[in-house]
Amino acid sequence: MVNAARFFSYPIMPSHHRYSLCIGARRHSFEGLAELLAKASPERSGDQLAGVAAESAEERVAAQCLLADVPLSDFLAEPLIPYEEDEVTRLILDSHQPAAFVRLSTLSVGQFREWLLDYSTDGAALEAVAAGLTPEMVAAVSKIMSNQDLILVAAKRKVITAFRNTIGLPGRLSVRLQPNHPTDDVHGIAASTLDGLLYGCGDAVIGINPATDSVAAMETLLKLLDELIQRHQIPTQSCILAHVTTAIECISRGAPVDLVFQSVAGTEAANRSFGIDLALLDEARQAALSLNRGTVGNHVMYFETGQGSCLSASANHGLDQQTCEARAYAVARAFSPLLVNTVVGFIGPEYLYNGKQIIRAGLEDHFCGKLLGLPMGCDVCYTNHADADQDDMDNLLTLLGVAGCNFIMGVPGADDIMLGYQSTSFHDSHYLRQVLGLRPAPEFDTWLQEHGIVKDGTRLLATRSSHALMQHAFE
Amino acid sequence: MPSSESSSQPGLVAQDAWHHLRQYTAARIAIGRAGGSLPTAALLDFRLSHARAKDAVHAEFNADGVCDDLLARGFSPLRLDSAAKNRREYLLRPDLGRRLSMHGAEFLKTAPQDAPDLVVIISDGLSALAANSHAVATAVPLLENLASKGWKIGRVVVVPLARVKIQDEIGSLLGARFTLMLLGERPGLGAPDSLGAYFTAYPSLEKTDADRNCISNIRPEGISPTAAAVKLAWLFESSRMTGLSGVMLKDKQPDPGLIGFSS
Repeated sequence: MVNAARFFSYPIMPSHHRYSLCIGARRHSFEGLAELLAKASPERSGDQLAGVAAESAEERVAAQCLLADVPLSDFLAEPLIPYEEDEVTRLILDSHQPAAFVRLSTLSVGQFREWLLDYSTDGAALEAVAAGLTPEMVAAVSKIMSNQDLILVAAKRKVITAFRNTIGLPGRLSVRLQPNHPTDDVHGIAASTLDGLLYGCGDAVIGINPATDSVAAMETLLKLLDELIQRHQIPTQSCILAHVTTAIECISRGAPVDLVFQSVAGTEAANRSFGIDLALLDEARQAALSLNRGTVGNHVMYFETGQGSCLSASANHGLDQQTCEARAYAVARAFSPLLVNTVVGFIGPEYLYNGKQIIRAGLEDHFCGKLLGLPMGCDVCYTNHADADQDDMDNLLTLLGVAGCNFIMGVPGADDIMLGYQSTSFHDSHYLRQVLGLRPAPEFDTWLQEHGIVKDGTRLLATRSSHALMQHAFE
Repeated sequence: MPSSESSSQPGLVAQDAWHHLRQYTAARIAIGRAGGSLPTAALLDFRLSHARAKDAVHAEFNADGVCDDLLARGFSPLRLDSAAKNRREYLLRPDLGRRLSMHGAEFLKTAPQDAPDLVVIISDGLSALAANSHAVATAVPLLENLASKGWKIGRVVVVPLARVKIQDEIGSLLGARFTLMLLGERPGLGAPDSLGAYFTAYPSLEKTDADRNCISNIRPEGISPTAAAVKLAWLFESSRMTGLSGVMLKDKQPDPGLIGFSS
């Protein structure tokens, strides 16, 4: 990934620019872009824990005012983490396409917001500039945008991917079926999987978080899902969310791997704490591509992210957690994923304290990912020690539905008995389908209708015990 | 599962024909639907589980009661404080829960170092309910077992609002060979009272999670406190013989139920 020629075209500025603003008698000063971005971030506990948050509401808005005047091109000139120290920075700068940036190159962050909101800026215009945008530019503009801005702009940007079905089309909402079990019991997992399919869910992926990360456990689960998908000709894909090295080993042993999963973060050091680097992700992607298991597309990667992961690995380099999160999307987009899932409230209240902070973070993540060209989904979720409840999740779920989120989670009754947190349920997806008229991925939609599970894309049918999937259950 | 299933009007709730699959998992499957939404009974059942989990997070830790129980069983408890002043601060600042208060650290520095084989630390962690209910029931049989095998048992330290890593500071200040941290785990909907047990050998501030062994889900419906005490005693004896803890020891464990959940 290191490109010596590009290295010298982005010199590290010898001293950071100082940003200052007087409001009344008070002078607010910020040293460099990293501090300005952090202080401009909407309030959240993780930035306070990191010691980078604004110390007053006024200081936060002062930082936002100054940030609005920063030229977008400054983010290319002043890397937040030095080029030679961090391979994510190198990836961001080396893959930046000046041609796609031309029409934005004279804009400030505040003007960029207005360009995004302009009537004439449609999905095609957003797609055309994606390769010219860096995570830092996108994070910066998100910090001065309101929730409705984040929704409006994201809704313009469709990101469509495919493997055995097509995800992200207008008017569609897909669901990851998440049939976890605390001991990876195959009967328990099969029971939850059938429950989800009979509730019309599972078109994004049938994805299991294994309790044990081992090649043997992963192979067992892969075979279980492969057999189910093949026998019933379900137009969907499976994924076992084990470590990327486990998946590579499974592939080399000939196991039926559809998608390769990995958690990714926005700094090289945080990724190292996950036991990965860019080269390893590339190796995994090549391995999955070599199986050639997709039928309508070849997007073979499934990534998960979440604000706070860099700080929790002590690898945030003084950056705020939302900027780190946007940098994780640069990692993801280098590998053309089928799905990117921000697991927004899983990390706990020390990073996102309450429903308000979780909702804001979910909208930011979806917006930033979409702007960078990623097929964003969201695990709308919380833990029991966060100050949040299912009504907060209803709110975020609805907002993301309006924003055109590609997929959500489907967990039986919203209660994940393996990971011990609350997400969204199969029932939640039917709420969103009804209220916003959203249908599953077209191939899966057809399959559901042919199998008498769903009518008109949005209504569940009564399922008889003679149903083929039910027969599967009896075996 | 739902306690009020009878409250749903039969004609309005579509029952799921795969009800029998519930025998295979505790997941909330085949719960039926009203339109595409949750039946009232399932909605309220979920809300009750969440309420119990929230109450567990915010329940008061009965540290005095735990100390009294330990005294009554012949052990000498020691009350200390972490650097976290209250529950809100504890939730927001995990770093403060990982170390002793200044007063607590000073106290241990001046306390006589009798270099025990094992120091047990008890905290409410994220579920006071778990610590109140299962900590003494796990610690006492374990300590009795090890004492009978010649282990020199140190004082049992009771520290409200602590995180796992505080065991490294306490253990090293007391010159202990092993430490065991018993604390309430993050409550899941189905398990508001789950206790976790973390141990490490030769405690020092440089220890990381890779140096720890963990038994989680200690509660009557998971691994019972008595069974956990037996497993922990086995781990301690193995660790004493091999000098290993953490990943190095974990690989040698014969019983997969020791790691993570057990059915």
